[in-house]
Amino acid sequence: MLLIACPHCGKRPETEFRCGGQAHIARPTDPSTIDDGAWSEHLFVRANPKGVHAERWCHAHGCGRWFNALRDTISDRFIETYPMGEQAKSGVKPGTVLATHSATHAATQSETRA
Amino acid sequence: MAQPFRLSRGGRIDRSRPIVFTFNGKPVHGYAGDTVASALLANGIHLVGRSFKYHRPRGILSHGPDEPSALLSVDRGPGRIDPNNRASVVEARSGLRTTSQNHWPSLEFDVGAVNDLLSPVFVAGFYYKTFMWPRTFWDRVYEPFIRAAAGLGKAPTVADPDRYANRHAHCDVLIVGAGPAGLAAALAAARTGKRVILADEGAEPGGALLHDTTSEIDGRPAADWLAQTLAELDARENVILLPRTTAFGYYNHNHVAMTERVTDHLTSAAGQAPRERLWQVRAEQVVLAGGAHERPLVFADNDRPGILLAESVRVFLNRYGVAPGRRLVFATSGASAYRAALDARAAGLDVTLVDLRLEADCGPELAQLRAAGADVLTGHTVVGSKGRKRVTGLIVAPVGSDGRCGGRRLLACDCVGMSGGWTPAVHLFSQSRGKLAYDEAIDAFVPSRSAQEERSAGAARGTYDLAACLGDGFAAGAAAAGSEARQDFKATATLTGFQPVRIMPTDADPTKVRAFVDYQNDVTAKDIKLAVREGFQSIEHVKRYTTTGMATDQGKTSNMNALGIVAGQLDKALPAVGTTTFRPPYTPVTFGALVGPARHALFDPIRTTPIHEWAEAHGALFENVALWRRAWYFPKDGEDLHAAVARECKAVREGVGIFDASTLGKIEIVGRDAAEFMNRLYINPWTKLAPGRCRYGLMLKEDGYILDDGVVARVSDTCFHVTTTTGGAARVLAHMEDYLQTEWPELEVFLTSTTEQWAVIALQGPKARDVIAPLVDGIDLSPEAFPHMAMRSGTICGVPTRLFRVSFTGELGFEINVPSDHARAVWEAVFEAGRAHGITPYGTETMHVLRAEKGYIIVGQETDGTVTPDDVGMAGMIPKAKGDFVGKRSLARPDVVASGRKQLVGLVTDDPKLVLDEGAQIVTDTGQPIPMRMLGHVTSSYWSANCGRSIALALVEGGRARMNGHLHVTTPDGFTRVTVCEPVFFDVKGERIHA
Amino acid sequence: MLETRYRAARALPLGAISRPAATGSGVSVRPAGAETRFSLRARFATGTALKVAGIALDAPINTVGSDGEVWIARLGPDEWLVGGPEADADLLQGRIHEALAGLPHSLVDVSHRNVGIDVSGRQAAAVLNAGCPLDLSEAAFPPGSATRTLLGKAEIVLIRATAAPLYRVECWRSFSTYVHGFLNEAVFGAEGSAAL
Repeated sequence: MLLIACPHCGKRPETEFRCGGQAHIARPTDPSTIDDGAWSEHLFVRANPKGVHAERWCHAHGCGRWFNALRDTISDRFIETYPMGEQAKSGVKPGTVLATHSATHAATQSETRA
Repeated sequence: MAQPFRLSRGGRIDRSRPIVFTFNGKPVHGYAGDTVASALLANGIHLVGRSFKYHRPRGILSHGPDEPSALLSVDRGPGRIDPNNRASVVEARSGLRTTSQNHWPSLEFDVGAVNDLLSPVFVAGFYYKTFMWPRTFWDRVYEPFIRAAAGLGKAPTVADPDRYANRHAHCDVLIVGAGPAGLAAALAAARTGKRVILADEGAEPGGALLHDTTSEIDGRPAADWLAQTLAELDARENVILLPRTTAFGYYNHNHVAMTERVTDHLTSAAGQAPRERLWQVRAEQVVLAGGAHERPLVFADNDRPGILLAESVRVFLNRYGVAPGRRLVFATSGASAYRAALDARAAGLDVTLVDLRLEADCGPELAQLRAAGADVLTGHTVVGSKGRKRVTGLIVAPVGSDGRCGGRRLLACDCVGMSGGWTPAVHLFSQSRGKLAYDEAIDAFVPSRSAQEERSAGAARGTYDLAACLGDGFAAGAAAAGSEARQDFKATATLTGFQPVRIMPTDADPTKVRAFVDYQNDVTAKDIKLAVREGFQSIEHVKRYTTTGMATDQGKTSNMNALGIVAGQLDKALPAVGTTTFRPPYTPVTFGALVGPARHALFDPIRTTPIHEWAEAHGALFENVALWRRAWYFPKDGEDLHAAVARECKAVREGVGIFDASTLGKIEIVGRDAAEFMNRLYINPWTKLAPGRCRYGLMLKEDGYILDDGVVARVSDTCFHVTTTTGGAARVLAHMEDYLQTEWPELEVFLTSTTEQWAVIALQGPKARDVIAPLVDGIDLSPEAFPHMAMRSGTICGVPTRLFRVSFTGELGFEINVPSDHARAVWEAVFEAGRAHGITPYGTETMHVLRAEKGYIIVGQETDGTVTPDDVGMAGMIPKAKGDFVGKRSLARPDVVASGRKQLVGLVTDDPKLVLDEGAQIVTDTGQPIPMRMLGHVTSSYWSANCGRSIALALVEGGRARMNGHLHVTTPDGFTRVTVCEPVFFDVKGERIHA
Repeated sequence: MLETRYRAARALPLGAISRPAATGSGVSVRPAGAETRFSLRARFATGTALKVAGIALDAPINTVGSDGEVWIARLGPDEWLVGGPEADADLLQGRIHEALAGLPHSLVDVSHRNVGIDVSGRQAAAVLNAGCPLDLSEAAFPPGSATRTLLGKAEIVLIRATAAPLYRVECWRSFSTYVHGFLNEAVFGAEGSAAL
């Protein structure tokens, strides 16, 4: 079960959330001016990257707010969450494959045994 | 009571508390603190089961969670029979009934043992090779055979009467394993004041310290250090110490699942306490200190009862005061078994040790053991064992420098302790997606790169020396708690070091020898070699082909030996072969623990309305609609569904019916931009709808397909009372919030669910007005003042109401919205007032028939997520001049405007009594070849008492152009002819609704 | 007055359910009586010192303020759940509208939508944790905390107004049988633990 940092409520368990798929796909202001190809692209075509993915999440069983998140689909680690209408601060681009999933304790584990 | 193999002293058992349980019906005596395995061994019982495939006699191999062979069925009373329990971990107590498994007619004489003689047939891949042909044999011969042979133990036949609990918990540091490393980690973490959970699968925390009778830690016996450490941890408020708790799954973001066995070890009924509790721990940091498992040696007939792991012999001696035999032979290729041999000597037992290593390769352990009076044969291999239901001797031979075996020699014995080295328990680390690395010095995979916030400590990462384990654990616990603290421990040196051996050298024909690698699935070294010869090179493939490591023990004792044999056959280095994937659970978990309290009434919420009890009292039968339980119909005097619904349907059209519509979703939409918001979400126009008026609204998804529908009332300029379908309530509110927050944050609109604030009493039929007239205050009910599709506020029976004049039946109708806690009183008052008019309660089935008579759609029945407004004949509701709304652009998509889409029509059968099946397929010509071209399907079909015939709605390709034409609909025994008609069957002009 | 008449007659969904016997963990699960509740949605600039019954609306998200009778839980950036005595419904409604006069807001009566259940006792948090996945420790969920969350398969609002081990669980009416049953079961489920 993921632990997701809601921008309003802090870290909460995944069960309180609903995932809304790829983020930053704005609805055209006047869809009637969009041709069939572009409209079907808008409706049906989504990225499915191995690596960093920008997603929409809703804290449905919490504050009820939608927000955006960058998640590494390889490690399931969240790089950041940020409010709707804003861009990610970390500057990590969707689609990036991060070098290591988490190097936090790499050193600890490989220390020579006493 | 006689326990012939119980030592006269020693062990952590409580000799003042004797217990007795049964094994295969015979009483077994032991003491509190025993496991079933130690009590059986105390009574000289080694034969405890038959193996899975060959039905070979099997005994107790291990003292812990890695036990592959000694699987017993444990009976704690009716509904409490639990198969496949490891005798080594079940705590013995009075009242248990244990039985062995996988034999017939008895453990001692098992017919299935014939498989053992047929073993040349049951080679690797036996199933794949055998059950192939002829095809006709599959159903009648192979499948029944496989089913009969599959599985171990018997499932209980009665529902489990026990309670199972669930518990979410959070901590700063979770430590898995309370052996020396885990305890030191807990001390370090606890002293920082952080919240610590220390979980251990054993009945008593301590791990290897519980059977270490010789080591000293910081100048004190290990047992004293253990007691003092536990006392310190116990006294700390910030530490939760959980014995009998197995961490079995390591999931995302440090979410660790553990089962706590709460009551199984208690003799007396434990009140209301649960049998097990599932802990779902979310830890900031995790320390994995789960220790290591010993490897068996692979030699011919290494599976006889009485052949144990060397360390397990030591555990039975020291912790339980049980001698697994009186004449012991240890076989090893490393130093740790010498410790067991020394302890056996200290217990006064006859000991011989056979070491594959040459004299020069051994450490100080050799001199120590010889000084203790034991025979030690270095440079010797084991080529076989004697005995059948109990080992009687070990056949050994010297190995020359060329690898050839010298003369065989039989060492008579009644117990063997073997050791092929150690395998760190990296299961949880690997589950956490951490990367393993092969450490040649200890011939084992150890944790390398972490994927989560965890660290391993002690034997779990290959640190075997006691002082080093303690120091390593302390450092890990401190680091996990964010502290730099370190502590050096002084402790007796541990006997470590070994030479890895894959298969013990032998002079026998290797194709004739059965040396077991995986005891539980009966996989031999020969099977693994055969798999490699047949071309399987990936360890994942070898595993599946031979089933090695695939039993309930997940290969804890076998994986490294299997890997080593594969590497040897392929002539590759072991790390090049890689390792198989470790998956949860670490050890088997009961279904009860996973289910927890979610059963019976707590399986799912059962949502009921304020009218539910009244409906129950009036004989209603109920149906499930989403989580709701709705009154389905109200049978009278033995009526069936058909009769009751026919009566209810006529009563509504001829008099008045009362229906509980409380489950309808309701949303209060408030704000300056409420009408604009409505315009953007519905196909209908809302700006000009006057306060006090209602409109039927249809809502699409962005793809142009119908999402939901319902009547909407405008309460004021800035307030709408929206209704949704019962099942769509949550979906529609979420859909609205999504658009409001993410697309149109500039709109000043607020959404609030009022589904459960308002109960809805629908009163339908020509006499509806007469019934409520005396009860309503403040509302002029006359048709002129209160027309169809209007909403008024006032009171009914003194209760505030939003009274809707709407109809889902085509009759004059009211939907009385009242605050839920008053609904029952209002319902009863209306029902009482209606008696004079023959008021009839009706359920959802009648509601369905009445609306179908009028051709009103039900979203989810006439629609399926691919139906547009035009498909159901509602395109006319979209004003020509209306601007953008959700789904509008998609209504111009090529596939939506294409001809030949399925359209809603009515169908009448030639035979008026024949009611079509819902979902039945529709064709033009029954003579066409199969597969036929299907034009659509029946969406709704009922007997209509009001029409005196059956009626049906259907989605049919180009349906509106087929009006009055004939089509054919599938029936259970063929086809029946139908005529296409307009989808309205009653009061076609729609006059009754305006009465 | 009619209001007095109908309010006195409220038929609460858990009204007829008897209390569970006392148990080892000493936790009591008690359905609350009839209360008034409003769902308040409003937008105003942060730092706006709005108060209702002396309780600041601009308090941090996931906190609750109380004057002893009226409580206001801030559940989200623009959402509050307001509770109070049954008899004060009209008064409270008036005071909120007054406080927010001129500001965009929506005040919806949800007195009958919500059902309150009080869970109290030293081990109350452990009992709630049978189904609530949140960290309810003193540090993580101190007095004055309130949030929407889950209890088993039901959505709840969990409110801890004071330092006492007393939690208010608010759920929707039709879920109240499940939530009440779940809590009663959880009281037994917390027994026999080495961790209590």
